[in-house]
Amino acid sequence: MAEASYPPELLYHPEHDWARLDGDIATFGITWHAQDALGDVVFFDTPAIGAQLTQHEPYAEVESVKAVSDVIAPLSGEVIEVNDSLADKPEVINEDPYGDGWLVKVRVAEASQAAGLLDRDAYVALLDE
Amino acid sequence: MASATPTPGRRTSLYATHLARGARMVPFAGWEMPVQYEGVISEHLAVRATAGIFDVSHMGEIETSGPGALEFLQRVLSNDVAQIGLGGAQYSVLCREDGGVLDDCFTYRLGAERYLTVTNAANHEQDLAWFVAHRDRLEVEIINRAEDYAMLAVQGPLAREIVQAIADAPLPQRMTVAERTIDGVEALVCGTGYTGEDGVELLLAPSAAPAVWDALVRRGAHPAGLAARDTLRTEVCYHLYGNDLSTEHGPIEAGLGWCCVEDTGFIGSEAVRQARATPPPQRLVPFILTERGVPRHGDPVIGGGQVTSGTFSPSLEIGIGMAYLPLASATLGSEFEIDVRGKVRHARVAARPLYKRG
Repeated sequence: MAEASYPPELLYHPEHDWARLDGDIATFGITWHAQDALGDVVFFDTPAIGAQLTQHEPYAEVESVKAVSDVIAPLSGEVIEVNDSLADKPEVINEDPYGDGWLVKVRVAEASQAAGLLDRDAYVALLDE
Repeated sequence: MASATPTPGRRTSLYATHLARGARMVPFAGWEMPVQYEGVISEHLAVRATAGIFDVSHMGEIETSGPGALEFLQRVLSNDVAQIGLGGAQYSVLCREDGGVLDDCFTYRLGAERYLTVTNAANHEQDLAWFVAHRDRLEVEIINRAEDYAMLAVQGPLAREIVQAIADAPLPQRMTVAERTIDGVEALVCGTGYTGEDGVELLLAPSAAPAVWDALVRRGAHPAGLAARDTLRTEVCYHLYGNDLSTEHGPIEAGLGWCCVEDTGFIGSEAVRQARATPPPQRLVPFILTERGVPRHGDPVIGGGQVTSGTFSPSLEIGIGMAYLPLASATLGSEFEIDVRGKVRHARVAARPLYKRG
């Protein structure tokens, strides 16, 4: 994805992660800005199914040719699914960060935490600072 | 994700060209340099498959000339400079008395008594001062030529063809240098590079560089940044000063004994002679990871040693690097473990170069 994009329906964490809420299930990924800053992603180190994630804490690493970055959990919860296809095709995180480049699905522990996340406009404003 | 705060650095004459190409600029050795354009992997693979073009104008140049030039260079450079024929090129290191490496450089013989040494950007001023400090009474003129040259590296299997198409005469062969006109611009054309591919490096007036760059890009050279240059050189195990080379290690430990000729009596030759006779406790070796992961500069080797260069290899699609290992484990095929940010990753000492055209 060559052009910056930040879908309006997502919730954003200031550490450049996104969450898509669907009932008590949330999908997590990294934002366009995050993948652009990293460059070509070559490795995604997945957490285990069942891992308990804590909001604002790192739960995985995304590694590019030049750098490695912690991925921060935008919400607390239990990992119920990981995107296994990224093992062979980590570059999908660059190509489609909000679609096929999703990282994990989580059963959200505390729905109220979502109120602390940013909407698209607030996140974009943060990037422009 | 923390974003780096850019510090203003010096700009090469190609700065505007890089921005127009969508380059991401980063501070490097006091300069603002393009780290990537489209993406490091595509740039890397373009150099391996066709041709890439790099702006390496940040590198420095020192010209030495006069009746004492050869004797002088024999003193400051580790290799046997007398072996460089007219129009020849040679790789060497600069050592302190104790053998610690101050820089690594290429030296080109431009005339009977005239040489040009290309230095690393970060070390250029220090190298220049080192040269001047060791001139003594020799009849040699030492001139800082860093401001006079832009440097373009055109590298890859199609690199020569692309440059040749706009050159006035056949390009010099590998490890030689010649004056040519490239796209109407006078240039020193060097049959050298640091990617493991064939190609040339062009030294030319900074003001003329953007037009030559554009002409080469039009003919199919892909703009490539410092990130690709680093992955390319790591795949072929070329040393990077500040990573694999430093004053803490001598050339023997670094595996650079081949460019040291102690009989010339260069500064540090006694230390090198001693190291050759009694190997130092560590040695730099190339390695591959035998599992997923990407080793990085500074990662400790479990049981002693350190990764000095580490990256993901776009050609091999595995983690690779170079590490100083204890002598006992620094043997081909030897297995060892690296602490990659708290995770133990398995690695194996591999043959140099790690990448070879298949």
